Amino acid sequence: MTEATTPDAQGSAQTPSAPRRAAKTLAEKVWRDHVVKQGEGAGDAAQPDLLYIDLHLVHEVTSPQAFEGLRLAGRPLRRPDLTIATEDHNTPTLAIDKPIADLTSRTQIQTLRNNCKEFGVRLHSLGDAEQGIVHVVGPQLGLTQPGMTVVCGDSHTSTHGAVGALAFGIGTSEVEHVMATQTLPLKPFKTMAVNVEGTLRPGVSSKDIILAIIAKIGTGGGQGYVLEYRGSAIRALSMDARMTICNMSIEAGARAGMIAPDETTFEFLKGRPHAPAGADWDAAVEYWKSLATEGDAEFDAEVFLDANRLEPFVTWGTNPGQGVSLNDAVPSPESFGDENAKAAAERALAYMDLEAGTPMKDIRVDTVFLGSCTNSRIEDLRAAADIIRGREKDPNVRMMVVPGSARVRLEAEAEGLDQVFLDFGAEWRFAGCSMCLGMNPDQLEPGERCASTSNRNFEGRQGKGGRTHLVSPVVAAATAVRGTLSSPSDLEPAASASTSASNVA
Amino acid sequence: MEKFSTHTGIGVPLRQSNVDTDQIIPAVYLKRITRTGFEDALFASWRKNPEFILNQEPFNAGSVLVAGADFGTGSSREHAVWALKDYGFKAVLSSRFADIFRGNSGKQGLVAAEVAQDDIELIWKVLEHAPGTEVTVDLVAKMVTAGSVVAPFQIDDYTRWRLLEGLDDIGLTLRDEPAITAFEATRPSFKPTTLPAKS
Repeated sequence: MTEATTPDAQGSAQTPSAPRRAAKTLAEKVWRDHVVKQGEGAGDAAQPDLLYIDLHLVHEVTSPQAFEGLRLAGRPLRRPDLTIATEDHNTPTLAIDKPIADLTSRTQIQTLRNNCKEFGVRLHSLGDAEQGIVHVVGPQLGLTQPGMTVVCGDSHTSTHGAVGALAFGIGTSEVEHVMATQTLPLKPFKTMAVNVEGTLRPGVSSKDIILAIIAKIGTGGGQGYVLEYRGSAIRALSMDARMTICNMSIEAGARAGMIAPDETTFEFLKGRPHAPAGADWDAAVEYWKSLATEGDAEFDAEVFLDANRLEPFVTWGTNPGQGVSLNDAVPSPESFGDENAKAAAERALAYMDLEAGTPMKDIRVDTVFLGSCTNSRIEDLRAAADIIRGREKDPNVRMMVVPGSARVRLEAEAEGLDQVFLDFGAEWRFAGCSMCLGMNPDQLEPGERCASTSNRNFEGRQGKGGRTHLVSPVVAAATAVRGTLSSPSDLEPAASASTSASNVA
Repeated sequence: MEKFSTHTGIGVPLRQSNVDTDQIIPAVYLKRITRTGFEDALFASWRKNPEFILNQEPFNAGSVLVAGADFGTGSSREHAVWALKDYGFKAVLSSRFADIFRGNSGKQGLVAAEVAQDDIELIWKVLEHAPGTEVTVDLVAKMVTAGSVVAPFQIDDYTRWRLLEGLDDIGLTLRDEPAITAFEATRPSFKPTTLPAKS
């Protein structure tokens, strides 16, 4: 791995604002095409631009106080036709036909239903075929398209950047602002090229790319930037895989992550319910093609990752930047030069109950979680199913599979994936955010250790006292077989490998 | 939003980097539908430990949090800012803030003051040596003072202006309503709408 320039380590400018220049990168072009009113001045003294928002995604957790704000001010919701809501964070993944047991969860979901009715917002409730994690539902319906601005009161909104949209998470005050005005006052983000060249080896996936990038630039390395993922390794990825990468841009501190739209993008969108059709499709594709970053474009920063040398990646600590290759060992706090990083590593190892020097593959887990807006799409489920098919689960491991949306669940069942998971001894659940953040009953017990395909290994994230190792779907599946953190290449040949889709080709 | 010009209150040294919003307020407290009353939720997990800084006098009465780098990372939950404010914090000092957290702070009148790490270390020493030392955050001069330490801080000019004036963002934007309407008229027909629903 080589590195030309990296973002300034101290992040000296408090609000990033690039000097005005002709829009040549993907992010700058999308920004340019949404400026309602350009802010006066330049640099740090500049006023923000007023940016138009094409799509506002809403869920039950970050919206109630925003709706309440509209009501108190007597303001209407300006564009219900550019707004869509779904229930995901609080929803149970079992017995979804019964009233939600937790009273506060039930109240919050009922509040969303009441608010959507009052303000005329389209809502996909629990039990609806289009319900699911907001970041799985948007692309699935074809509502997130290249060149759009997309926001949601959720930091993983960056997911939608995979189709070439400028998509970012916002706080509840901004949710209210978008509801009232369909705009946001924002200063332009800086741009960072993340170049990933080469070919991924078998068993290495897009999750490993993004975990390696975060380990490289750190949890603050992307602060103030829109990351544009580029290079041959990115171009070769499917849309589902690209979404995994863009999803975790926020874990590097970035506002958004984007990938230039190409034939893979167009193929993914064509025919989706809200994708353009007929003459509109042709006009849209022509516009989308014009958005790609130009050859002479300059980025404010640039990083490189060699895909050829990448191995399955896993986190050992309590932030997503604390990761290593699965073949490595738990690092020693002494190996961190900076005193604060050393203290953070010591604290993380104590919380994770790990000793420096322990091979990562010797770490035994209690639970495997396959789900979340990072890795719960149909390809993630297929990849995991291909690993476990014909194999036996470690009897001491509990595996929970939570599809990202009701539609993904239906699709998986049509392919028989549910039976593969059930035969293996995994739990096959209904769609939602589930154990990624444990707002519903899906939580780790104190001290439990989990290999999770989700996005955050923060203290207590998956349940108070729970310990999280972030992994890809195939590493999660291999770990469920062996009971210790494992890559697919560690597995014995499957008993009935002939049925495995991965061996058909 | 209340106007903010200067604030003086007990400084709380939080010697930790990467304080993510899951630590500031765990997800279980996000089920509430109100905008206030989150003081019990602030650092809820850590406060169960009697050694935690906010469980010690006089720090429990603090109003200026002095934290390590990368404060407020992770989830976009504005509840993190509400919890800090409801507890009584008026300002947070750190050498680097996560973007969304800093934005949320600016909307809610919590000053997120970016102070160089060397100065943060000096302020930590002052606060640990003389617990109860008051820290002054002067938004007009963009300076913080803690005992003998006087240090500049950064905050973007637009946010500073809004905080000084106590201005409401939505009201400001609605002054440009005609420009928004004009922009909407140019929106290409191929762009999607959520209504009517298609499947």
